[in-house]
Amino acid sequence: MAAPLLKVQGVSKHFGGFTALSEVSIAIAPGERFGLIGPNGSGKTTLINCISGSLRHDSGSIEFQGEEISGLPAYRRTRKGIARSFQIPRPFRSMSVLENLLVPYEYVVHLKQADAEQQAMEILRRIGLADKAHALANQLSQVELRKLELARAMAAKPRLLISDEAMAGLSGSEVDEVLKILFSLNAEGITIIMIEHIMQAVMRFSQRVVCLDAGKIICEGAPAAIVANPEVQRAYLGA
Amino acid sequence: MVFSFDLLFEALLFGVLLGCFYAAVSIGLSVSFGLLDVPHVAHPAVMVLGSYFTYVLAGYGLDPIVAGVVLMPAFFALGILIYRFYYETFEKRGSEAAVRGLAFFFGLAFIIEVALILGFGVDQRTVHATYIGSSLSLGDYRLPYRMLVAFGVALVLTFSLTIYLSRTFTGRAIKAVAQDEPALRLMGANPVAIKQWAFGIATGVSALAGAMLIIVGPVEPAMDRVYIGRTFCVVVLAGLGSMTGTLAAGLILGIAESIVLMMFGASWAPAVAFGLLLVVLGIRPQGLFGR
Amino acid sequence: MKYWLGAAAVVVIAFLTAISGANEYFFYAAFVVLQFMVLATAWNILGGYAGYVNFGTAAFFAIGSYTAVVLFKWLGAPLAVQIVAASAVSGLLGFGVGLLTLRLRGIFFAIATVAIIFIMETMMMNWRYVGGATGLQLLRPDVLQPFASYTRMLFFVMALLAVIAVSVARYVQVSWIGRGLRAIRDSEEAAECSGVPTLKLKLFACTVSGALMGAAGAPMPMYLSFIEPASSFSLNYSVSALAMPMIGGTVHWLGPVLGALLLGSIQQIVTVTISGEINVLVIGVLLVLFVVFAPDGVLGLFKKLWPRRS
Repeated sequence: MAAPLLKVQGVSKHFGGFTALSEVSIAIAPGERFGLIGPNGSGKTTLINCISGSLRHDSGSIEFQGEEISGLPAYRRTRKGIARSFQIPRPFRSMSVLENLLVPYEYVVHLKQADAEQQAMEILRRIGLADKAHALANQLSQVELRKLELARAMAAKPRLLISDEAMAGLSGSEVDEVLKILFSLNAEGITIIMIEHIMQAVMRFSQRVVCLDAGKIICEGAPAAIVANPEVQRAYLGA
Repeated sequence: MVFSFDLLFEALLFGVLLGCFYAAVSIGLSVSFGLLDVPHVAHPAVMVLGSYFTYVLAGYGLDPIVAGVVLMPAFFALGILIYRFYYETFEKRGSEAAVRGLAFFFGLAFIIEVALILGFGVDQRTVHATYIGSSLSLGDYRLPYRMLVAFGVALVLTFSLTIYLSRTFTGRAIKAVAQDEPALRLMGANPVAIKQWAFGIATGVSALAGAMLIIVGPVEPAMDRVYIGRTFCVVVLAGLGSMTGTLAAGLILGIAESIVLMMFGASWAPAVAFGLLLVVLGIRPQGLFGR
Repeated sequence: MKYWLGAAAVVVIAFLTAISGANEYFFYAAFVVLQFMVLATAWNILGGYAGYVNFGTAAFFAIGSYTAVVLFKWLGAPLAVQIVAASAVSGLLGFGVGLLTLRLRGIFFAIATVAIIFIMETMMMNWRYVGGATGLQLLRPDVLQPFASYTRMLFFVMALLAVIAVSVARYVQVSWIGRGLRAIRDSEEAAECSGVPTLKLKLFACTVSGALMGAAGAPMPMYLSFIEPASSFSLNYSVSALAMPMIGGTVHWLGPVLGALLLGSIQQIVTVTISGEINVLVIGVLLVLFVVFAPDGVLGLFKKLWPRRS
């Protein structure tokens, strides 16, 4: 591919004696819709943590927009354009929904309060949380919290958005809603990595899918091919 | 500053005994903080409480070690109470309560200290036993019997706890709950009950540690403060959750303190633990054997 | 704007009171309460806003006192210079402790602050220039006009410091820094991934907090004409600086102020009518009670009883 947006090469991560990631290499093109699947404990979130900077990988390199980012702390990577949502929502509980979005606006985009509030409301409207804008984050339902996670990541105006199981527990129509948002973000030029267990969402959304198992990539390709792959099926069913 | 190889060797011997004592005193914290992640800064205060109860029981003629053992069940129950309270009030509520949990234990330590002052005064208290006061002579070196007794009890304690954690079902469940709570739940075990049990054991052990404390030297209510340094130093240096590491770390601290004591005198010795702790936190916060 | 008018009014009132004919004991008690107000406010900048508990207030306070002594003894420096120097040194100490431990979990920072007390106290006890363990007597210069006594003058100085401390806390709270600190407190990992430079902000809060604590300590040697380690490093400072914001309320700058007024007054009353030890026990019990039952402090209770319509 022409210069990849994100290049992960030979990344490994160990926790004591346990190997969470083993020589993982991925290249993601600008504007791509990329799916990451794998059974629980396969290392998906660990990989995301290494890319976003929440964890330091032990070996290998990670390049974003041609630049090595391995040594950068997470907040720098966010400022360079990598945003992520958390699998288990981590809202700023003492703040309102709107204020939650103001944090990335202030610290990543550096907008003045008035402009930031306007743009934040735009995002909330787009994602369906506008009526809860002034509610405290700790009053939201699980589903609303997941939407807030996504909204907060969007507020950082990323080049690369990593959505970590944003659709877990959502109803069919809610999944469609979120997919529509992700598609429209992608249409604006944002590269998206989607981690999901909901296979039909991954199939509909991704142009390319990678499957992880026990810290290793076991296959990579078009969604239909991946799902039909016997090794992937074995990984999920556990043999 | 006095220096000679003879003195150095004696300091080393004393340091080994002292180190094992520190390991035994810290092992409860290794479980409650190292494994269970409870910010138990009141651990030394509970131990000092154990010392004072030992003092009271010794006043009735009980040998201090026997008194310590007798206190263990009561302290076990106390531990369960404290953990239950901590869990219901703080741990369940998530990270926003973390500051409050810490403040709670700080307040608890403080209340214990002041209660002891009110009950016993600020003067030092000691106990008497046949092995306190005399020393074993090995050639040119003298090893105080009370240190040897503490050393012996310490080894037994550390050993039994390590075996318990690695060989018995409950023990392994305790180690498991530290590493992978969801998996434990899937196995049908109740993590809260296990943690409660573990905390009870850690507190029960503190009773015996308290008895050793008053055997090794006089105690006073404010002693818990310097022991915060020593116990956390040992636990952090060992690496959170490592029992065998506790022994190694205890030895390192004991020897370091003993040498500083010999070279610079008693006023600098308490600062050694804190200084070592800061160094470890600065260069290798996961400790020697930590995960 | 309203705030600054209020602050100016407080300064003027404090000055007028200081040159009035009020009872000398009032100035003594007010000095102590105001001192706690500075300490509690300083503590809250890191503890309440960012969620990192400092157990070692006494160390930062005492180092401020000792810096003042050194400057006075060595250069005959006036009080204002002593205060600035004390802030600088304690601020540096805060920065150092923070650099060492703020990348780690909160409990390690807390333990490190306990370590600082021990290490600093041991160092001061072994330093003969400042009197070592037995302490040092100081010969103070004549009290500045128009104040009739040191108690009155230092009461005014402490009132000024309190206004400065609260102003700093208020600025941090309402500014973008405050939102960043709150994000850190609520979820540090999410804050970092939202672009907040968590380590830098924590270091900032820690340094400012330490500096203000040092400033509070600087007038003490002039106040007592004496300095010694045992009382300078007293645990009561650490516990009170923690208890007052937790009881008053940690979210807003008013919390530590209320907490200091409330607890400071209780302390004065109990010490005078019952005893010093009971006083310290009362603080500990109140702390635990509030932490368990009223985590949002007195301010939180007010909000519950008189909720504002939004």
